[in-house]
Amino acid sequence: MNKPLSPHLSIYKFKLSLLMSIAHRITGGALYFSMIIFMFFLASLALGEQYYAIFSIIIGSWIGKLIMLGITWAIFHHMLGGLRHFIWDTGKGFEVKTVDQLAAITLIGGVLLTIIFWLVFFII
Amino acid sequence: MVELALPRNSKITEGKKWPKPQNKNSIREFKVYRWNPEDNQNPSIDTYYIDTEDCGPMVLDALMKIKSDIDTSLTFRRSCREGVCGSCAMNIDGVNRLACTTAIEDVKGAVSIYPLPHQKVIKDLVPDLKNFFEQHKSVEPWLHTKKEDPKEEWLQSKEDREQLDGLYECIMCACCSTSCPSYWWNSDKYLGPAALLQAYRWIIDSRDDERDERLDKLEDPFKLYRCHTIMNCAKACPKGLNPAKAIASIKKMLVERRVSK
Repeated sequence: MNKPLSPHLSIYKFKLSLLMSIAHRITGGALYFSMIIFMFFLASLALGEQYYAIFSIIIGSWIGKLIMLGITWAIFHHMLGGLRHFIWDTGKGFEVKTVDQLAAITLIGGVLLTIIFWLVFFII
Repeated sequence: MVELALPRNSKITEGKKWPKPQNKNSIREFKVYRWNPEDNQNPSIDTYYIDTEDCGPMVLDALMKIKSDIDTSLTFRRSCREGVCGSCAMNIDGVNRLACTTAIEDVKGAVSIYPLPHQKVIKDLVPDLKNFFEQHKSVEPWLHTKKEDPKEEWLQSKEDREQLDGLYECIMCACCSTSCPSYWWNSDKYLGPAALLQAYRWIIDSRDDERDERLDKLEDPFKLYRCHTIMNCAKACPKGLNPAKAIASIKKMLVERRVSK
């Protein structure tokens, strides 16, 4: 008789730490693909003024800005997540309470750094 | 391999709704996973109603009440009823825990009960833990010595003995391993939190003479390094142990060993 597989993802309660692990992977993957935009930026620089102007228009549009905002957040979130893993690599910060605190710091810190970065960016 | 959906023979259907006792104010609803190898049907969720006034306080009490009074065919493992044997590990209200140490009143709403996640089911709430115990065996959870046997026992200092605190208490209930998504996708190659916690327990035992050999065996992309610090294990452990920390300690030892060589 073919034994069934017991349910897993569909029934397991999503804990914050699990969501953070997923978010770390997604932001990492997104940053990898954001390199394509950076590549277009470099190409437009190399090709000359008019190509750079086209790039500026696209990236300066509201959708371009939204994507850049997303990338900025992904960078900060992934960076703080990486530091979290760095702490864990030293063998510290594994108490359940500490894990949740680190998750909160990463979440809030990522958003906060993104806001600060954009405020500074637009003021200067 | 990552497979988000359940195989076709494992999809869950609606099961039987058992009658509700009348004229009682303390009724709780229990939704229990059922599968019988003799039925040739998909698993289903049966609904039972229990009068908590007439039942012990724990989820295991409710399961035993169901088995003795309502449906004798309900199958589950249990033994000590006090959290030391690890037999009644199951998924209750979305988290792996022991039915005997989980109070019914700590669960809100209907109490959903499934077998430990991502395991082959033998019947109802009984998962096939063969692979889990094979993995435990593979870390050779016994003392390896090269020195001549002492006349009486192998001694260790109080401090050395303290190193084993938070490790030796493991009851091998499988709550941690079966809560881990990495283990779900790679249980054929990744040892999982329980076996790795046990591996660490022997690695740091001052009386053991094969620390290096034990570490060699774990230095593998899958056996150890599939742990991505998701932390479901530590959050599930009914004994409050921390397999993720033990795994990190093994990783650290491997790095330190390489650097000092």
